[in-house]
Amino acid sequence: MIGILGKKIGMTQIFTGDGKMVPVTVVEAGPCCVVQVKTLEKDGYETVKIGFQEIKKDKKVNKPMSGIFKKAGVKPYRILKEFPMGDLKVGDFVTVEKFSKGDNVSVTGVSKGKGFQGVIKRHKFAGGPASHGSMFYRAPGSIGASSFPSRVWKNQGLPGHMGSERVTIKNLIIVDVKPDQNVLMIEGAVPGASGTYIEIRKED
Amino acid sequence: MNLISAVEQGYIKELPAFNVGDTVKVFVKVVEGDKERLQQFEGIVIGKRGSGTRETFMVRKVSFGVGVERIFPLYSPSIDRIEIIKKGSVRKAKLYYLRGKKGKAARIKEKEFAKEE
Repeated sequence: MIGILGKKIGMTQIFTGDGKMVPVTVVEAGPCCVVQVKTLEKDGYETVKIGFQEIKKDKKVNKPMSGIFKKAGVKPYRILKEFPMGDLKVGDFVTVEKFSKGDNVSVTGVSKGKGFQGVIKRHKFAGGPASHGSMFYRAPGSIGASSFPSRVWKNQGLPGHMGSERVTIKNLIIVDVKPDQNVLMIEGAVPGASGTYIEIRKED
Repeated sequence: MNLISAVEQGYIKELPAFNVGDTVKVFVKVVEGDKERLQQFEGIVIGKRGSGTRETFMVRKVSFGVGVERIFPLYSPSIDRIEIIKKGSVRKAKLYYLRGKKGKAARIKEKEFAKEE
């Protein structure tokens, strides 16, 4: 697996070689510095911890974190995430060059917050008729019978907070890689607003 | 947004500069079966919208008494080339008023320009 951290810049559309227009998300990804390599003997599992977005000002790093970066001998980074990758040492960089055109990737990010939403938007309920005296427009309807089960089933869809949650979208295709600008162009939308930090994973 | 426009630069090809009010001839690639040919669409540019790779333009012509409008993505690979026939002098960005005009009233004041050959 190859994993990289990035920042969603926004969306645009480009033309592919065969004349098709594709919507793409522009992601500024990497270079991500390896901060720690976790091993089976010492940590019980094998991963590589990488950092993204260097912190330029020393006072923006708190003491415990700056100790970790100083011990590893790398610059401080804002975002740290672990990915099960092999063949990397502390101080190495993961760049977009590890990805190529046509790769299948999964993208994880925190989705846009939608606030308190009703069942139609939140759980795709159908709702009722709008007119002809209907008093059942966007309501959830019955949430359970009285004799049996005489309680509300678990996972019954009800209104509540929607969005602002960790979402993974699988099987997205990389349309283009621009190593000089550290840019990945991913077909379609990825979770979150512009400026959201996202994780991009490519399975072997 | 700066990074987006920087990325888009790589996909933008050079085209003759034309404006709203100009009469242009667009050569569109049409695939029929396994053969490809060029189809011409000549008319007045009545509007442009978008920027970067998303820019589109709208061409209007009157064909056999019926108004026909086509919207082309400016940087579409299916556009072979664009020729400028006439330059027009207009004071509006969208010439939608031409839809309600016929014949002599649907003319546009011409601007002189040296046609490239």
